[in-house]
Amino acid sequence: MSVIETTGIVTASVTIAGETVPRVEFLPVTVDLLRKLWLQYGPLMIHQSGGCCDGSSPMCFPAGDFLTSAQDVLLGRLDIAPAGGDPQVIDFWMSAEQFEYWSHTFLTVDVVKGRGSGFSVESPEGVRFMIRSRLMETATPFA
Amino acid sequence: MTVYAAPGSPDAKITFKPRYENWIGGEWVKPVKGQYFEDISPVNGKPFAEVARGTAEDIELALDAAHKAAPAWGKTSATARAAVLNKMADLIDANTEMLALAETWDNGKAVRETLNADIPLAADHFRYFASAIRAQEGSFAEMDSDMTAYHYHEPLGVVGQIIPWNFPILMAVWKLAPALAAGNTVVLKPAEQTPVSILVLMELIGDVLPPGVVNIVNGFGVEAGKPLASSPRIRKIAFTGETTTGRLILQYASANIIPATLELGGKSPNLFFSDVADHDDAFYDKCQEGFALFAFNQGEVCTAPSRAIIEKPIYDKFLGDAVKRTALAVQGNPLDTDTMVGAQASNDQLEKILSYIDIGKQEGAKLLLGGERVDLGGDLTEGYYVQPTIFEGHNKMRLFQEEIFGPVLAVTSFDGYDDGIAIANDTLYGLGAGVWSRNGNVAYRAGRDIQAGRVWINNYHAYPAGAAFGGYKSSGIGRENSRLALDHYQQTKNLLVSYSEDKLGFF
Repeated sequence: MSVIETTGIVTASVTIAGETVPRVEFLPVTVDLLRKLWLQYGPLMIHQSGGCCDGSSPMCFPAGDFLTSAQDVLLGRLDIAPAGGDPQVIDFWMSAEQFEYWSHTFLTVDVVKGRGSGFSVESPEGVRFMIRSRLMETATPFA
Repeated sequence: MTVYAAPGSPDAKITFKPRYENWIGGEWVKPVKGQYFEDISPVNGKPFAEVARGTAEDIELALDAAHKAAPAWGKTSATARAAVLNKMADLIDANTEMLALAETWDNGKAVRETLNADIPLAADHFRYFASAIRAQEGSFAEMDSDMTAYHYHEPLGVVGQIIPWNFPILMAVWKLAPALAAGNTVVLKPAEQTPVSILVLMELIGDVLPPGVVNIVNGFGVEAGKPLASSPRIRKIAFTGETTTGRLILQYASANIIPATLELGGKSPNLFFSDVADHDDAFYDKCQEGFALFAFNQGEVCTAPSRAIIEKPIYDKFLGDAVKRTALAVQGNPLDTDTMVGAQASNDQLEKILSYIDIGKQEGAKLLLGGERVDLGGDLTEGYYVQPTIFEGHNKMRLFQEEIFGPVLAVTSFDGYDDGIAIANDTLYGLGAGVWSRNGNVAYRAGRDIQAGRVWINNYHAYPAGAAFGGYKSSGIGRENSRLALDHYQQTKNLLVSYSEDKLGFF
């Protein structure tokens, strides 16, 4: 008899030196989608894009496909594996120049119906990752 | 005034096929894996056609066709190539209405814009590059009395192009015209949100080109775009889209040692100096329109003037007038020629815009106009409509720093010239900017001080083919439009010719 596990929100670890509060979370619908994509593509990574068209939304790639550098900030690591399973860690990145303007907001990764884009791996599924933001309680906005 | 019949209805001036294949080697070719995806019209949120879901296999077929056609096309005279481009322009002009409707239905934008901007600009773009390639000359220089260096512009060969969904036909032509004029053959991947209108265009002009000169493969970015951009069989990649994908494109280009040109978006400032309000005249009215142009193309323009920066002495008056002016913008059925603001191009775009409106409120920006999704009722009820929206805040807010890509304006004030320039330049991007002033010297200085590739002085959203367009800073690399675009699609051959009969003396 299998136990049906309800997916919960997955919150990121803290990865920025000196910080104590997580910056990113995945909603359950996001975790479910990422687990499905992991089966198809293997380990995954996310880079938050800026700019036009399909930008200002997270891009999901096979881990290592997108080269990060000293110009990027790791906002957190999120383990989407079900309880008791082997870790399935996704690194959430953003460019450092963009992070300067985002650093006062907490990011929730949601999924919406859409057509969509760049080379992000979820687009053939007819959905798109999207960010919902809220001000971070412990961050000083615009400091 | 005129409301066009929806495609497929009895009086419609356009009927879409139920299914579109890829355009490869001058023919419609089924996708190798036999899969298709739905194209949804943003006008009513409903699918209207299915389109080939191309994959790496189809990209290979397209590259095969492009490589087969490349030698002959590359050796075709500039005169003959120009004639082909001009013929395509003539066909576009003769079918403006039909193409405008196709574009409106696929993208959601108002037909008023496709009829008067998108389609005429596309025809003109082909004509411009037909002329540019005819007028282009090489150069030579005498090295000494026995040696001359001859410099020739030669095509690159086969090039890859990936275009966005905001001006599907025009963005395709911006890329195709210089590439074809320069003698290259192309594999083009349209955006998955708007895969059909470009194919409607190819149905019209495809036979004017030799088979394989232009090849179009539709599909998802990860399945078709990536194989194209990372292919070792292209000599150049051109991309318009967002920043992260732009970086990936550069990565793939570096692996293949090919040039990449990128247009990656902006957060363009619109700077209004206080002298614009000196008189209540036609020019003041033009400035008011300039402010409202953030809603042009539903805000889905890389150069949308999405930050209005108004000089303090006229702030209240100018903003008050401008908000009223914006409220007059007609939002409605995109097939109605009176409609100014149509639908956003996709559901996820609409959701993203709404999430930005939300973060704007959270950050403490003040909502001055709009802010809500719109239900136009009837058949349009599931379309992707959002009100033109104006927020007041300051330049460090995310609303002021990020490209929302919707009809959302962020407004703030500036205190003196230096402050205005500082706020205008306080952005990661540098694609477009607008400067409004009756004082030519101030306008000129501001134009030179703003770090953007295109600064509109006393106008906005004009895209004549002869004006170079491209980004500073994180807005991209390279220029489109103007002769500069030809440079990106050519390479220099130097013939170093000796007229001496004597040996060098080394060996």
